[in-house]
Amino acid sequence: MSSETTHAHDGHADDHASMSKKKIWQVAGILTMITAIEFIVALYLVPHDIIALHTANPIYIVLTLAKAFYIVAYFMHLKFERVALIYSIAVPVLFIIGLILVLTNESHHWIDLRG
Amino acid sequence: MSTAVSQIDEVKTTPWAGGRSPFSVEYGKIMMWFFLLSDAFTFSSLLIAYGALRFSAATWPAADLIFQSVPGTSIQHGAPLVFVGIMTFILIASSVTMVLGVEAGHRGERKEVALWMVLTIIGGFMFLGCQALEWTHLHEEGFWWGSIPKELGEYFHKGDAASAVSTHQFANLFFTITGFHGFHVFSGVVINIIILINVLAGTYDRRGSYLMVEKVGLYWHFVDLVWVFVFTFFYLV
Repeated sequence: MSSETTHAHDGHADDHASMSKKKIWQVAGILTMITAIEFIVALYLVPHDIIALHTANPIYIVLTLAKAFYIVAYFMHLKFERVALIYSIAVPVLFIIGLILVLTNESHHWIDLRG
Repeated sequence: MSTAVSQIDEVKTTPWAGGRSPFSVEYGKIMMWFFLLSDAFTFSSLLIAYGALRFSAATWPAADLIFQSVPGTSIQHGAPLVFVGIMTFILIASSVTMVLGVEAGHRGERKEVALWMVLTIIGGFMFLGCQALEWTHLHEEGFWWGSIPKELGEYFHKGDAASAVSTHQFANLFFTITGFHGFHVFSGVVINIIILINVLAGTYDRRGSYLMVEKVGLYWHFVDLVWVFVFTFFYLV
């Protein structure tokens, strides 16, 4: 019985109000802007030697991660889910970071193997 | 008789006390999230393999030299990354229409959901069409799984030695990864069409919830998310 009475306090009510049309267009604007910045860097700043390629790459990666955050948090609504669900999805991403570290390290040894 | 409840008999009401989902999300939606997580592992493995092969190569073909044309038009050269830019904006736009459809579903507006879903499906088809054009163009230049053009000099930056091994790896990984992504887009379009038919038939009105639109929306946004990474690591970096 108690589970039914507590349901009202579950926070279901604010679940749906969290992504208004205004917010959607705002996030869409941010995503478009970030992509535009990436193009300015790739098509103007790097070819004209205003910034070097090795400084451009970290910029691309940071901008990509920012875009990923906005898509997952707002479009996929994860920001407004229960903390338990957020962590269930976010924490396993550490495995991906682990694989990146392992394989980038490994690839430096493959250079010697290639001769 | 006393009505006081001893502390141990008191019914707990915390999220993890049992009797309801601690995630407060419907079963199918949780499963969609876990499927997407596993799919994220698959795509990461492919992209990280690409990164490792690229790091271990002395020289690597440059994307802005390979992707110079706008297939389907007369522009054959001198327009680096323009076409892939169009593709990226198409996919972001279709992600926006999808989330607008989900929002309309929360309000139970059947016709509005159907309109946004139709636009999302059109976006999906446009993206697939662009990809078909790009693949055809690259194929005509001589790129395919296991085959590369004879003359490689134009695909490498000045000062980089043209490497047939690197170009082979680039071609194989390009077609595998964008192909796997395109396959996901195609599945997404098919699933979107099925859900659209259900929306039009009023299935979700009878059910009283447009949760299925939300679930297919999650998948569609994930496809967009993957493209964001493919775009960065294949075309920009």
